[in-house]
Amino acid sequence: MKRIGVVGAGVMGTGLAQDLAQHEFGVTLIDRTEDILAKADEQIRANVRMGRLLGGKQPAFDHELISFTTDYRQLAEADFVIENITEKWDLKKEIYPRIDKICRPDVVFAANTSAISITKLAGLTGRPGQVLGMHFMNPVPMKPTVEVIRGWHTSAETLRTAQELLAGLGKEGIVVADAPGFVSNRVLMLTVNEAIYLVADRVAEAEEIDQIFKSCFGHKMGPLETADLIGLDTILYSVEVLYESFNDSKYRPCPLLKKMVDAGLHGRKSGQGFYTYR
Amino acid sequence: MDARAEIRGFIAEKFPGVEFADGDDIFALGFATSLFAMQLVMFVEKGFGFEVTNEDLEMANFRSVDAMVALVQRSLAAA
Repeated sequence: MKRIGVVGAGVMGTGLAQDLAQHEFGVTLIDRTEDILAKADEQIRANVRMGRLLGGKQPAFDHELISFTTDYRQLAEADFVIENITEKWDLKKEIYPRIDKICRPDVVFAANTSAISITKLAGLTGRPGQVLGMHFMNPVPMKPTVEVIRGWHTSAETLRTAQELLAGLGKEGIVVADAPGFVSNRVLMLTVNEAIYLVADRVAEAEEIDQIFKSCFGHKMGPLETADLIGLDTILYSVEVLYESFNDSKYRPCPLLKKMVDAGLHGRKSGQGFYTYR
Repeated sequence: MDARAEIRGFIAEKFPGVEFADGDDIFALGFATSLFAMQLVMFVEKGFGFEVTNEDLEMANFRSVDAMVALVQRSLAAA
C-alpha cells in the first residue's frame, strides 16, 4: 500500500493524514470545499509543529506526500480508503456508493466511526467483504491503538490488510464485532452519562468524581473532564445513538446533559462545561 | 516594541490574577498547559514578525518570559 485515500478533512482526517505522511504513505485528502482543505492544511502544519514543540523528536514530515483535493475521482489511485466524514448516516450513505464506483475493486474501505454500523455501511457498496471499521483515537499521531470493527461480511483478508496498514503506522488494532458503540463508546458514553447523573443527583461535585477515577483507578482523566474534552454535544449525540440502537432505557441521556447542551455549555471548545476554560 | 512587556501582557491577559516573575517556569507553576505553549509560539510569531525555526521549536524557549525575550532578540537579530 502506497497511497491512502482519506475522505473528510476534519479533526480525525487531518490527524490521520499527518500520521500517514509521517510514516511515508502518500495521502489523498478529500473534502467538499477548497476552504475546508486550506484549513486542514494549516491545521496539519500547526500539529506537526506542536508535536515538535511538545514531543521533541518527531518523524520526518514531507508535506508533498499529501495531496489536497475536492475531486473524488482522484481516489482511483488509492490503495486503501479511510472515511472520516461527520457521524451522520444521511451524509455517509451518499459517500459509499460514490467511492465504490471510483475505487479499484480490490481496495478496502475503512469507516473511521465511533457509532455507525459497519454492516449497514458495507451494504451500501458492492464489496461488503472489504468494508470494516477503524476507530482511530484523537489525536491520531499520539494514539498507538485502534479499535478495529469486523462487520457481518468483513473478510479475514480485509482484516489482515487493515492490520498491515496499522503496522505501517506503528499501531496495533484490536478486533471487535459490529455492535452499537462497539466496545469503547458503549462503555465510555454510559460511564460519562452516569457520572453526569451523579452531579445532577448531588452525590458529588465534578472535581470529586474525576478525582476518584484518577486517584483510585489510575485513569489519566476522569469521566467529566473527558466529556468536556470530547464536547458535551458529541456525548449527547452518542448516548442518543446508543439509546435508539438498543431501545434500552439504560442508555437514556441524563436530563442535565441535555440542559447543558441546550445552554451552549459544550465543554472545552465553548469555554464552559463541567469546568471553566480560558 | 518592548518584547518583555508584550509577552508579560499576553500571559497576564490569559491568566488574570496569576503572579509570576520573568524568570519563572510558567509551566512548572501549573497554570499554563501544553496547549498554551502553542498559543505562545503563535503569539511570538505574529507579534514580532518572524517564524520560529524547527530547531527553536522546543519548550525550553517558551518556559519563561526571560526565555521568550531571548528567543525574540536572537531571532530578530538573525533575520
